Amino acid sequence: MQTTGFKSSASSKLVDRLFGGMAKSFAWLTLILLAGIILALIYASWPSIQAFGIGFLFSDAWNPPMEEFGGLIPIYGTLVTSAIALLIAVPVSFGIALFLTEMAPAWLRRPLGTAIELLAAIPSIVYGMWGLLVFAPIFAKYIQPALQSTLGQLPLIGKLFAGAPLGIGLLCAGIILAIMIIPYIASVMRDVFEVTPPMLKESAYGVGCTTWEVMWGVVLPYTKTGVIGGVMLGLGRALGETMAVTFVIGNTNFLDSASLFAPGNSITSALANEFAEADPGLHTAALMELGLILFVITLIVLVVSKLLLQRLARGEGAKS
Amino acid sequence: MNLLARRKFINRLALTLSLSAMAFGLFWLAWILWTVLELGLSGLSASLFTEMTPPPGAETGGLANAIAGSLIMVVLATLLGTPIGILAGVYLAEYGRHHWLGSVTRFINDLLLSAPSIVIGLFVYAVVVAQTGKFSAWSGVLALALIVLPVVVRTTENMLQLIPNTLREAAFALGAPKSVVISKVTLRAARAGVLTGVLLAVARIAGETAPLLFTALSNQFWTLNLNEPMANLPVTIFKFAMSPFSNWQELAWAGVFLITMGVLVLNIIARVFLRAEKIN
Repeated sequence: MQTTGFKSSASSKLVDRLFGGMAKSFAWLTLILLAGIILALIYASWPSIQAFGIGFLFSDAWNPPMEEFGGLIPIYGTLVTSAIALLIAVPVSFGIALFLTEMAPAWLRRPLGTAIELLAAIPSIVYGMWGLLVFAPIFAKYIQPALQSTLGQLPLIGKLFAGAPLGIGLLCAGIILAIMIIPYIASVMRDVFEVTPPMLKESAYGVGCTTWEVMWGVVLPYTKTGVIGGVMLGLGRALGETMAVTFVIGNTNFLDSASLFAPGNSITSALANEFAEADPGLHTAALMELGLILFVITLIVLVVSKLLLQRLARGEGAKS
Repeated sequence: MNLLARRKFINRLALTLSLSAMAFGLFWLAWILWTVLELGLSGLSASLFTEMTPPPGAETGGLANAIAGSLIMVVLATLLGTPIGILAGVYLAEYGRHHWLGSVTRFINDLLLSAPSIVIGLFVYAVVVAQTGKFSAWSGVLALALIVLPVVVRTTENMLQLIPNTLREAAFALGAPKSVVISKVTLRAARAGVLTGVLLAVARIAGETAPLLFTALSNQFWTLNLNEPMANLPVTIFKFAMSPFSNWQELAWAGVFLITMGVLVLNIIARVFLRAEKIN
């Protein structure tokens, strides 16, 4: 059978099998990569895991000359800055998604959506440099004193806003992280809001609901798994963000107050600042262990995010 | 206030807040871009592209070695990551759609897509730098390629899935073997989309700093030797911006300007490309 113009079947079968095999092996490569990252990090941090055990998570010691290491302060910094970021970014992203799906005129939707997505395209080092040299001084001069004279006077949460307004610190890092994750959360929210069947929304409008009631009472309950998935995706980004945080968090391993104005450290900023100069041995291993902890936390968050988004997509398929 | 007035009031309040959320987002974009333009443009000059990174306090100096290093590493990382990514994407879309390997790979790939890039740097440090005992541009290239990979896999798969099955069936009916159907028909039909993915991947790694911090490191001097540490824009900006020296900070702003404009232009080209493709 040479009539079709393709090469003789024996050699074409070989080429075919080679091509398929290559594609398959590269798919395997992705799997191996993930396993490899985890194994390599465990291997490299093994001396530290052995030396400090589970206590590494709860110790705030960080003393390279004495070879004493504990991850509490960077872990605390990572969790606190990410929490601040979510607190700001989630309502704002919801507002943006609401605006883009229900309020904006059709011709404005794409340009505005693109503009918000461009926030995600700006490299994180640009956020960092802008945050340190432009935002932090303004933050220290106007916003921090304002926060201190209002929220700072309240009982209990007042403690969070105590201390000298330095600009840089946990709160500043959290705010910049919030700006960075808004585009991720907003674009997932917009996408899931758009899959709400028009029939549902029209029925609600038909019985006289306002735009807000349709959004809060119909669209949000229908898409809640997807919305949570989007928030988790943003959280995953915030946890692992490096450069922007390194510039503005203040990079200190001493933390003795609950104030969000205080400078601190995050896992990523500790790595960025110390790793290249760390002594091979326990110091490097302790930093590797921090990296391992970060990777495990982010993976858990991302897996949850992915599963929630998949569940929404499957429900979608079943209904249509 | 009666019920209707209250409902209307809440609605108006919510919509106002929504509008201000949008303004909030755009405000930061405008502020950051304005800063980059204002401070970056003033640092632009021909010497930026011809002179090496200066010592602190020097009168002149540029970013020539960092720009060249960045270009070399980004190009090599793209060349390394793209073919692997495209083939893995082909597997997901054309071979493994209903196979367990396909769904597992798709899932893992999405995890890698959002995984912290600094962890990729740690991984490459552990398997390459720690084993060979020295920092090198090659290890930086490898780290960047590992970031390119999931982006290309994802877009390639998505774009191939948009290709209608009738096209594949027509090609198979002519007796074409699967590899020919994929390389000559489906991949060709999806090439604009695949190229978009590559552009987005380049945009992503052009500004990546974290994975280079402990792989390629940086270098004060001009070098084309990939076995040595190599200067690159992001790490140079990091070092210069954190320093107290004004000439270093000015150069850092100029570098930030170059990177931001490059990344934004790549993003916009990719979007225009994709839109043109979808309309066809």
